[in-house]
Amino acid sequence: GVLERSREQLLRQTCEAVLLGVLHPRTAISLVLQVLSDAGSLLSCCLNAACMALLDAGLPLAALFCGVTCALQPDGTILLDPTARQEQEARAILTFAIASSNRKVLMATTKGSCSVEEMQQCLAAAQRAASTIFQFYRDSVRRRYSKC
Amino acid sequence: RTVEPLEYYRRFLKENCRPDGRELGEFRTTTVNIGKCLCSITTADGSALVKLGNTTVICGVKAELAAPAVDSANKGYIVPNVELPSLCAERFRSGPPGEEAQAASQFIADVIENSQMIVKEDLCIANGKLAWVLYCDIICLDYDGNLLDASVFALLAALKNVQLPLVTINEESGLSEVNLKQKNPLIIRKHPVATSFAIFDDTLLIVDPTAEEEDLATGTVTIVTDEEGRLCSVHKPGGSPLTGAKLQDCITRAITRHKEVKKLIDKVIKSITPK
Repeated sequence: GVLERSREQLLRQTCEAVLLGVLHPRTAISLVLQVLSDAGSLLSCCLNAACMALLDAGLPLAALFCGVTCALQPDGTILLDPTARQEQEARAILTFAIASSNRKVLMATTKGSCSVEEMQQCLAAAQRAASTIFQFYRDSVRRRYSKC
Repeated sequence: RTVEPLEYYRRFLKENCRPDGRELGEFRTTTVNIGKCLCSITTADGSALVKLGNTTVICGVKAELAAPAVDSANKGYIVPNVELPSLCAERFRSGPPGEEAQAASQFIADVIENSQMIVKEDLCIANGKLAWVLYCDIICLDYDGNLLDASVFALLAALKNVQLPLVTINEESGLSEVNLKQKNPLIIRKHPVATSFAIFDDTLLIVDPTAEEEDLATGTVTIVTDEEGRLCSVHKPGGSPLTGAKLQDCITRAITRHKEVKKLIDKVIKSITPK
C-alpha cells in the first residue's frame, strides 16, 4: 500500500545518500526487508537492519547510519525507542536517521505535531543515543568476525 | 546548461542567486483560484487550483456518505489521493501510480492527521450509522518541482471552499435525508502550510526548487507548520546529512512562509465570499 511505498522511499534515499554507488556502476543493489514482528519503533528498526545488512554485504559506505525513534509524551517528557503502547499514547513520534561520521541528520520523519523546541530536544537526544547504537554495531561485527 | 548542468548552477549559487533570477530564499509567484466560478470543477463540493511558478496542481473534494468503521464509530474519513498523470511531466508514465505519487499521497494523509486540520469526529453525522467521507483528489497538471508545497496549499484551499449539506436521519424510517438547500462550511481547525527546500552539495539550502533544481539536488527537506508555529511534519527522505542548526534555519523560513501563504488564502477567500 501507500504506507509501504512511502517507507521504501525513505529507506532508499537514506541508503543512497551513504552508499558509494560510483564504485559499482551498472549494478542494482536490492534491499529486502521483511517485518517479522512489530512492537513499536518499526521504522528505526528497519533503518538499523538496513545499515547492518549493507555492512555485512561489504558494500562501500560513506558513513554508517542508525535509526532512533523519539516519542513525545503528553506531559512533555521524551521517550526513546517507544513500545507500540507508548507510541499510541504519545502526542508526537519523531524518527531520525543519524550518520556516524558527524552525527548529522540523514532522514527525519514526524507523526503528530510538536513545537520547534521539542523537536530540537528530541534531535539532541537522538544524536546522543546514536552513539549507543553505533557501539552495538561495532560489538556485533566484532562478534561475527571473531567466530569465523 | 545542457552539457554541464551542475557547473552552470554552481556558478549562479556562488553569487547567491538562481538562473531564474530568484534569491536562494525566494519563492516563485503563487496564485490560487478557489471555488466554482474561478476554478473549473463544478461537480466537486470544493475545489482549488494552485500555481507555484509553473507547477500547477488542482484539488477537488467530493463528499459522500458512508457507515463509520466499527472501532471508531464517531469518526468520518478523509481520503487524499495524489495523482501524477503522464501529462504533467515526461518522466511519469500512465498506468498504476508510481512511487512518487504514492509517497506524496501518504505525505498528505500524514499532514492532515498530524495537523488535525479536520477532526474526524466533526465528520460524523450519527454515531455508528452515518458519517461523511471526504475524497480529496489532488492532480498535478504541470510538474515543475515542489509538488508537496503546492499539493498541501491546494488541499487547504479546496477544503476551505467545501460546503456540506445538512444531513438528518429520519427517526421512523431510519433513512438519511439530505437537505441540499442548507449548506455549512467545513470546520477547519488548523491551517498547515508546507515549505520545501533542496540541498545542494551538502551545504546550500534553496527554497522552492524547480524540477531542474530538484534533479541536481543531493537531498530535499519539507517542513509543514501551522499558524501557532508548531511543526506538523518534518519530512526529510534521506539525501545529504544536515546539522540541527541548518534544520532550524529551514524551520524559521517555513514559519515566515506560513504567514505569507495565510495572508494570500485569506485574501482569496474574502474575495469570493458573497457579500
